[in-house]
Amino acid sequence: MLHRYPRLHHGLNRLGWYFLTFVVAITINFFLPRMGPSSPVDILMSKASSTMDSAAARNKEETYLKEFGLAKLADDGSILRDQEGKPLKASLLSQFFNYLLMSARGDLGSSIIQHPKKVSEIIATAIPWTLALQVPTVMIGWIVGNLLGALAAYKRGVFDRVFYPLSLLISAIPPFCFGIILIYIFGITLRWFPAMGGYDDGLMPTLSWNFVVSASYYYFLPFMSIFLIVLGGQAIGMRSMCIYELGTDYVKYAKQLGIKESKILMYMFRNAMLPQLTGLALALGTMVGGALLTEMIFSYPGIGMAMLTAIQSSDYPVIQGCTLLITVCVLVANFSVDILIGFLDPRIKVQQTSGKGA
Amino acid sequence: MLISLLKNPAFILGMGLFIGTLALAIFPPLFMNLDTINRVGPPFQPPSSQFFLGTDQMGLDMFAILVAGLKSSLYAGFLAGIIATTLGTLIGVYGGYKGGLVDDLLTSATNIFLVIPNLIVLILLSASIKDGRSLTLISVIIGCTTWTWTARAVRAQSASLRSRDHVNLARINGFGTFTIVMKHILPYLLSYVFMVFILQTASGILAEASISMLGLGPYDTVSLGKILYESKKSEALIDGAWWAFVPAMVLITVMVFALYVINTSMESVFNPRLRK
Repeated sequence: MLHRYPRLHHGLNRLGWYFLTFVVAITINFFLPRMGPSSPVDILMSKASSTMDSAAARNKEETYLKEFGLAKLADDGSILRDQEGKPLKASLLSQFFNYLLMSARGDLGSSIIQHPKKVSEIIATAIPWTLALQVPTVMIGWIVGNLLGALAAYKRGVFDRVFYPLSLLISAIPPFCFGIILIYIFGITLRWFPAMGGYDDGLMPTLSWNFVVSASYYYFLPFMSIFLIVLGGQAIGMRSMCIYELGTDYVKYAKQLGIKESKILMYMFRNAMLPQLTGLALALGTMVGGALLTEMIFSYPGIGMAMLTAIQSSDYPVIQGCTLLITVCVLVANFSVDILIGFLDPRIKVQQTSGKGA
Repeated sequence: MLISLLKNPAFILGMGLFIGTLALAIFPPLFMNLDTINRVGPPFQPPSSQFFLGTDQMGLDMFAILVAGLKSSLYAGFLAGIIATTLGTLIGVYGGYKGGLVDDLLTSATNIFLVIPNLIVLILLSASIKDGRSLTLISVIIGCTTWTWTARAVRAQSASLRSRDHVNLARINGFGTFTIVMKHILPYLLSYVFMVFILQTASGILAEASISMLGLGPYDTVSLGKILYESKKSEALIDGAWWAFVPAMVLITVMVFALYVINTSMESVFNPRLRK
């Protein structure tokens, strides 16, 4: 049946794959941190126990154990204990199912350092910054980079000779180094832009005019830092794709027919764009990793910074929440690119309707 | 082949830069008294004739630390590169040659791990190993998380060799999978695998720097990433103490750039379609 709707078939197929990837990712996200020796409850208890008597400590431990889903529960919801009165630890597998259930409800546990603050709260205040910084940057960087790359391949001459080595150099600089260079030149030496943070100290994050102005002023440097790197990398790829396309018969034919340059450029762009999109899907993970480091360098109040703070204070639930969220975002972005490819790639339509792939 | 490689200016440039960084890591400790443990002066002293690169936030000789850091970064890059290339090549060649269900399973696993950002896996693993996070362990972890690119690329190459005549002939003659892969498939991929190794080394150096910048660096030694982390933590950037971070940044960039250039120049020589 589905082979009548090739794009739907393609989409469902990809959805299945991404779901499988998600399952693997969430499993890794659960098990890797548990390879370490200490559980969050032990850390919290060692912080709290000095000031409490044994009954209070016991109560506290019970709430913590329930909160993190670590204990074996009786039917009435109380914690089962062995003969010595020590709470029975739930098996790793049932802890895992607990974790899945809690995550599905959006409950990622609570921070150890800022207890009882929820991880989801910490993430909710950080995620708008990260999304606002990364989504437009990667998208605009991709579009502008590809256009410039195609133009460089088509025009050659002076433009290409300046543009190509420049993009090569930019794309070789590691993202975090590039951020540091921009801060040092424009933030510290020239003082054109603020070097650190997301907005002026005295302001509260609200939708007031002052705040928006201040935030966009702080936005510029981190934006440029990620944008230029994405642009450089994409432009190099597109340039070599287009040089290859220029040698093909259809371009030569179109030129001889006297078709307008801009139209030929459109044809070429469409053909060269598909491999570039696939490349984008594969590179997204690395790109997002680099962008997170950029956030940390600028002390930008997003997920990257939240994760850095958590790592420095060994706040495992927060680290885990951040990594899970980033993975999910990367998967969603990848899935969207894949669906887009399904609409743009004529081969998917042909392959399915000829009955081969159904 | 080797001669045309040596005639390629890009290859010479890349090799020159890379050998230069290698020399910087190897020779100064032999001829100079480089002390990375004791303080030699007040913190953040600008470069002087006695200390080429001034002092860091603790008052240690920046040049000595930089040389030691460079050595660690190179070590991490090579170790991670060797592990990732070996893993990726084995998985890729085996899947590509075998085909069928084994190939499907290996390709699926590769694709799944390709999408999950490897910095995330690195962070999770490094954060859970709180004690004993040595440089070697970090490099092994990096190698075990970055093999996916290699596996994917090598599989495509190996699958195209599967139905070649000489491979079929070997199969008809009753050779086992291991012999065929080692004797009749790998030799055709060697130049390719070597180029992949260069890229994996570059990404190993970058990954070590990234993870160290997050404060998850090795406890037993300095590395270029750790120098950057310390300089950020001690606010050298805000104070304008450029000698605390610029040299480390330049070295990382030069190493990665040199390896990229070597890779592209080798590709232009080895790939017949790009040869003029």
